[in-house]
Amino acid sequence: MANLTDTAVLGAAPRELPPRSGRSWLAPLKPYVGSPLNAVITFVCLWLIYRAVTGAWGWLVTRAVTEGGPQACKVGHGACWPFLAAKLRFMIFGFYPYEEHWRPALAVLFFLAAMIISMMPRFWSRRLLWLWLGVVVVCAVLMYGGIFGLPIVATTSWGGLPLSFMLSSVGLAFGFVLGVLLALARSSKLPAIRGIAVIFIEMVRGVPLVSILFMASVMLPLFMPDGVTIDKLLRAQVAIVIFAGAYIAEAVRGGLQAVQKGQHEAAASLGLGYWLSMRKIVLPQALKIVIPPLVNIFIGFFQDTTLVTIIGLLDFLDTVRAAMRDPNWQGIAVLEGYVFAALIYAVFSYGMGSYSRFVERRLKNDHH
Amino acid sequence: MAPSASSPLRLIYDLRVRAVLYQVVAVALVLGVGFYLFGTVSRKLAEQNIATGFAFLSRPAGFAISQSFIPYDSSDTYARAILVGLLNTIWVSVFAVILSTVFGLVVGIARLSRNPLLSFLALVYVEALRNVPLLLYLFLWYALIVAVFPPVREAWQLLPDVYLSNGGLIVPSLRWSSAHTGVAVAVALGIVLAFLVASAFRRRRVVSGHSRTAWPFVLTALIAPPLVAVLLLQPDFVVNWPEKGRFRISGGVQVTPEFTALLVGLGLSASAGIAEIVRAGILSVGRGQWEASRAVGLHDRQTMRLVVLPQALRVIVPPLTSSYLSTFKNSSLAIAIGYPDLVMVSNTTMNQTGQAIEGIAIFMLVYLGMSITISLLMNWYNARVALVER
Repeated sequence: MANLTDTAVLGAAPRELPPRSGRSWLAPLKPYVGSPLNAVITFVCLWLIYRAVTGAWGWLVTRAVTEGGPQACKVGHGACWPFLAAKLRFMIFGFYPYEEHWRPALAVLFFLAAMIISMMPRFWSRRLLWLWLGVVVVCAVLMYGGIFGLPIVATTSWGGLPLSFMLSSVGLAFGFVLGVLLALARSSKLPAIRGIAVIFIEMVRGVPLVSILFMASVMLPLFMPDGVTIDKLLRAQVAIVIFAGAYIAEAVRGGLQAVQKGQHEAAASLGLGYWLSMRKIVLPQALKIVIPPLVNIFIGFFQDTTLVTIIGLLDFLDTVRAAMRDPNWQGIAVLEGYVFAALIYAVFSYGMGSYSRFVERRLKNDHH
Repeated sequence: MAPSASSPLRLIYDLRVRAVLYQVVAVALVLGVGFYLFGTVSRKLAEQNIATGFAFLSRPAGFAISQSFIPYDSSDTYARAILVGLLNTIWVSVFAVILSTVFGLVVGIARLSRNPLLSFLALVYVEALRNVPLLLYLFLWYALIVAVFPPVREAWQLLPDVYLSNGGLIVPSLRWSSAHTGVAVAVALGIVLAFLVASAFRRRRVVSGHSRTAWPFVLTALIAPPLVAVLLLQPDFVVNWPEKGRFRISGGVQVTPEFTALLVGLGLSASAGIAEIVRAGILSVGRGQWEASRAVGLHDRQTMRLVVLPQALRVIVPPLTSSYLSTFKNSSLAIAIGYPDLVMVSNTTMNQTGQAIEGIAIFMLVYLGMSITISLLMNWYNARVALVER
């Protein structure tokens, strides 16, 4: 066979060199300088990265003020580390009594541990519910006190990071229950029930969270029977639950729609009633699909808890701002405060976001 | 013992009877809770001697608003103050939507660049904006504007009669009259007319296969209405020059720092989401489409415009709608930095009149109405670009 391709057989075809198969040592550079425009883009990008890195390094390290007080920071041009050192605990825990800071710290640790455990697929089982029930009770006891000799700390002095975590996670937990019920109602065959769900969901999704927070803070006290007062924190929490419920309902509805009709029919032919077939057949499949969008909703709510500062609650962003407004530090550490807060939010949001992508990949490879 | 076939208890096992029963119970429950809450609220309001109803809307507001597009002063009514707030909300939302679309498009395309540095920078941009709360950015931009720009007394003079300070950007303005409004309407009319003419030409070309030069007609349609309006209405051209005093600059039109911070905050945050939407949309169009369109002889720009974009838009439009809607709703964060939007003006009204329920009802209804209008419009557009299946 080799003979057939020989020049002797094919006649006087000119013997050309084959294209070089080995890649040139310049090949890896091609995406950067392939064309003149690309070269310019590369140059501009490099310059931007260089400026950003040197700027950040200079601000954070070279020019940074590492010791002294407000006066030193006022004179200096770099990041004011003494501000962070002096105000760190206030920024994280707010007006929670200083000697009792270990309690919210412990509560946050428990919370984060439970969070990490429930993020691992190998622990996905019914027992997680019990774990969370335990964590919630322990956290509530730690935060509020009143037993085991812990002094009572009123909710008015709760603040900072624990408050942000609490508002978003409790909001998600109760919002999830509300959302699943609403989603079931919205995909129900009964027109009146579907109508109620549609009106509720669309009304909540059509207005900004700020307005629901306002409504909860102003109108909830009016709804209560005489003599019952409702905590400011609880009001914000109710608003967040309602808001989360409507958004989660839409995500879950997407999951319900993705469950094939055959599954409903198979459940019905086995003699399962509506609730049984939902609980045992449809919801387990639907909820699995909607884990990634649910995580994204959770990230959104973690960030949206910042809005409670508008109705006067001290969440993490607001304690940071309160620290910056401290008469000693006023106007000195503005950038420092915001950058610190942004980093904390970014770490948690980015972590959750990567987790959501991980679950998405895992679900894609799942054979169900 | 099972109930016999004729027993009324048997009815409970009938699915149709159950369906009716469930619905009656649900509606009764909702109505019952509604009536109970309404009763409690009205009793409590009566006990606390709080007036109800919307009579307060016609009373003078008595507070000033720092930015207004219609003549307003503190002796005007609450209704007018709320209208000013609504216009401010719409104003900032429209600009934020434009800003977010432009930035989102650019960054979304940059994310797909073959140049790793560029796509990396675009990724950093998206992640930095998506993982930090919008409210934090609003505070940050506002603080930066106030910190970076000089106080009003030392305002920078960028151009003759253009001043920049931490009180905002001040530029000369036109003294507005109804003749100007007429010309503005005529300009809008011209744009609509030009679109109609252009699409008529396109239809003709599709039907007859003959291409005719369209641009002179389109240009005429665009220019004629404003020209006629200018000739007829003869708007006078009086410029309101800003004058720099010792402590403040009077005259001209001012772009306030609150507006700028809100615009930048809303626009950039939304642009990160739009970048991802655009990226997903373009990726959803298969490579085969590019190759096929090149095979029939279309060049790159035609491919993009006639083949890829129409298909990408189908994927892009629905999430883009939600992005625009959330930009509009997020503009309510204005209250945190003091931009006088609908919520902030309503809030001031609520504090002054004590009629919280009415105030909240007003802005919730306005938001709801606007949200529904925008989604109807976008649904209409979506139905137009959607795939028409045989």
